Amino acid sequence: MPFIPHTEEEVRQMLDAIGANSIDDLFDEIPSELRSFSLDGIPEGLPEMEVAQLMHERARKDADVHCFIGAGAYDHHIPSAVWEVATRGEFYSAYTPYQAEASQGTLQLLYEYQSMMAALMAMDVSNASLYDGASALGEAILMAIRAHRKSKSKKVLVPAGLHPSYRQAANAIVKNQNIELIEIPFDEDTGKISLTALNDYAGTDITALVIGQPNFFGVLEDVDGLTRWAEENNAMTIAVVNPLAMSILKPPGQWGNNGADIACGEGQPLGIPLSSGGPYFGFMCATQKIVRQMPGRIIGRTVDLDGKQGFSLTLQAREQHIRRSKATSNICTNQGLMVTAATIHMSLLGAEGLARAAAASHDKHRKLVSGLTAIEGVEVKFNSPVFNETAISLPVEASTVLEALAADNVLAGFDLKNDYPELGNALLVCSTEKQTGSSIDLFVDKLAALITS
Amino acid sequence: MLIFEQSSKGRKAHAQSPSSMAPLDDLPAELLRETPPLMPEVSEMQAVRHYTRLSQKNFSIDTHFYPLGSCTMKYNPRACNSLAMLPGLVDRHPYAPESHSQGFLSCMHDLQEILKVVTGMKAVSLAPMAGAQGEFAGVAMIKAYHDARGDADRKEIIVPDAAHGTNPASAVMCGFKIKEIPTRDDGDIDVDALKEALGPQTAGIMLTNPSTVGVFERRIQEIASLVHEAGGLLYYDGANLNAILGKVRPGDMGFDVIHMNLHKTFSTPHGGGGPGAGPVGVSKRLEPFLPIPMVDYDGSAYRFVTADDRPQSIGRLSAFAGNAGILLRAYIYARLLGSEGMTRVAEYSTLNANYMLKKMKDAGFEAAYPERRATHEFIITLRKEAKELGVNAMDFAKRLLDYGVHAPTTYFPLLVPECFLIEPTETESIDSLDNFIEAMIKIREEAETEADMVKGAPYTLPVRRLDDVKAARELDITWSPDS
Repeated sequence: MPFIPHTEEEVRQMLDAIGANSIDDLFDEIPSELRSFSLDGIPEGLPEMEVAQLMHERARKDADVHCFIGAGAYDHHIPSAVWEVATRGEFYSAYTPYQAEASQGTLQLLYEYQSMMAALMAMDVSNASLYDGASALGEAILMAIRAHRKSKSKKVLVPAGLHPSYRQAANAIVKNQNIELIEIPFDEDTGKISLTALNDYAGTDITALVIGQPNFFGVLEDVDGLTRWAEENNAMTIAVVNPLAMSILKPPGQWGNNGADIACGEGQPLGIPLSSGGPYFGFMCATQKIVRQMPGRIIGRTVDLDGKQGFSLTLQAREQHIRRSKATSNICTNQGLMVTAATIHMSLLGAEGLARAAAASHDKHRKLVSGLTAIEGVEVKFNSPVFNETAISLPVEASTVLEALAADNVLAGFDLKNDYPELGNALLVCSTEKQTGSSIDLFVDKLAALITS
Repeated sequence: MLIFEQSSKGRKAHAQSPSSMAPLDDLPAELLRETPPLMPEVSEMQAVRHYTRLSQKNFSIDTHFYPLGSCTMKYNPRACNSLAMLPGLVDRHPYAPESHSQGFLSCMHDLQEILKVVTGMKAVSLAPMAGAQGEFAGVAMIKAYHDARGDADRKEIIVPDAAHGTNPASAVMCGFKIKEIPTRDDGDIDVDALKEALGPQTAGIMLTNPSTVGVFERRIQEIASLVHEAGGLLYYDGANLNAILGKVRPGDMGFDVIHMNLHKTFSTPHGGGGPGAGPVGVSKRLEPFLPIPMVDYDGSAYRFVTADDRPQSIGRLSAFAGNAGILLRAYIYARLLGSEGMTRVAEYSTLNANYMLKKMKDAGFEAAYPERRATHEFIITLRKEAKELGVNAMDFAKRLLDYGVHAPTTYFPLLVPECFLIEPTETESIDSLDNFIEAMIKIREEAETEADMVKGAPYTLPVRRLDDVKAARELDITWSPDS
């Protein structure tokens, strides 16, 4: 009984109090024919020591790699204090702050998180988080449809250069609500949103334009021009951005003439480990004007009976537990623990630390690309500025390269062939500030040897 | 004090950032940020002390009894966290090749198998990132199933009036209309009303069993037959799976699709409100529609099942593979428990709830469904106390905090007035249960003699009752230096 405290005597005492002969009697309202089945296939329980041995053995199988994959998940430095503090039992094992007086720690932290995230995006407001970047885009599209009352088309322009999984998840989330996601191709020279293709929709009723910064190829879009295009065509702008990059790049609230309407994305680069893709957290910021259309939990500052400052869940009239079928979203939890980590992370780095980490990541990436493109036949695919990843073209199949280098524990990047066959043999490579010079040299040497052999 | 208010210009946690700013000279100036964001400027110790102190303002399972009904606040074993964060697992990139992912993939595959057996379903996808997303995925599969059969006129989902708010909200996101049916005085749903509601427009029904009123739906087999005869499918909301784990299985009851809340039944952390994990299980006819990715094993290696393998899938719900790190914690928990341990979860959570129910009835509190067994939770109604003493369920809840107990779920389900939904879980000892009951008795005594004092509670927490109206009217949700 790994975590059950009852002694035999206590069980007897409790059954006597209830007036039952056995624990099994307590299940006598369940039809008996439903109660015979086998749990074959579920192993016997193990003591912690043996489970630990098993998990160490499995973890070792996946360890010790030189990873140059980005594609939406980035291996940045995380201060030790972040997870030491975030996994304190008082954060780790608390629930949604329904009893505000007994949850002021989580509530104040979330208010600080909202403040930091709004500042980073240069937007008015932030919610307390969503599940991840991809589902946050789905929710942002639904929010834009609700908020843009003058637009009737329910058409949303989504660039082909946005993360393929984001496009797929957003589609899965919105497709049953008569919303049309229209794909805008990228320019084959620059990798940016094709302005020619975009202009086909000028003057028509478009509810929103989605802009990725950087986009999936690492390329920086001309965000001012695109946002102005949306403004001129009465479409809302939804920014999907890397939050760490926003410490050095122009943030969504300052794009175009009036800024983006909604900014969302993946919060993982702010103190969350790679962990096979989750749990991460989706963030969402918006202008004050449309705050009541936001999905998810929002924390407000208020006062108590004695006039003392305190924090509580607010604008709950938007949410499913009150509005049921008329709620802004079915979402109930946020990603509380991940946001706890991100808030501590941002506090430790501050604006300058975040900018230095972003710039160092950019710098390491330049070194990687200059090493790789010195190899004959390896070229940069798009002639555009990038943040910390680049699409490179190869003289051989990308899958061949990935397999060969993986044999030396070098994970060389993300093969673009499945999602973008038109790019030919192309690999998306990334470096963060954590990458060492010797790992970069190893990658370059192994690739050179493979190509020239 | 906010972290921003402890800031000093130029102060920093020096160990945490690169020592200098690398050049950005290759980036066009118009794409760069001109002014830095307003962030705290504090030392490492200041940040650690601030957030440690904030943590101490929380009630949590590790510090307090937390009998929040429908949330299964049981002990979160520490091993589940530390082992899920082993290097190799915590550092694995979501797009690492399968050749370098066999450790992780084997855990995911084994978890799928365990969940299949314990719920009696044919197949499981771990993709949904929370219970509400599992509900969305389940209802989307019901829609995809009917659509694939050309049975597109089924536009209605039936939901009992006592259901979680997420049920109707999820069904609406999938494009369905909602039809509510009532709950009878004995806690079971009204089968006659169900018969009237069923028809060629019925896509399915969403049920929680044990239900949200804390009792087992006794006529579940008849309900399943009725819904199936009408051409609809049955959706199981797994919020209360803890009550029946290893004792009875949703698959055997006739459900076609279920979601499980691993942050409840499999004890992954609630984390101050997430992350959760809401895997879905299905019967054979819904298998083609499961959300991707899943993990397959061919006898020698584990691999991801993708859209190419499952052209009819409802698609992908996250950028990668769901809340993988939470799934790892659930897997570790499942291995610690094993099959016998899982069965004991249901047995001892039910024992604790029935013990509390009986003792509270003996102490004069009114059970909402007095003739019924408790499951892993039960409801008492404080309507008598509210009427006679002027002290309502919210007042009891707030005063409980002063006694060092987190309040149960209050005012849910909505159909029971002045209700407490109480779920002790199996990891609490008889002492904590007795302590809670004593506190309730004392609060009732206080209410008889000094009602106003109780109505002003709590007194011993960092703040007293908060002005929620002000919070919503004078919205202050981000800090600024002049606020």
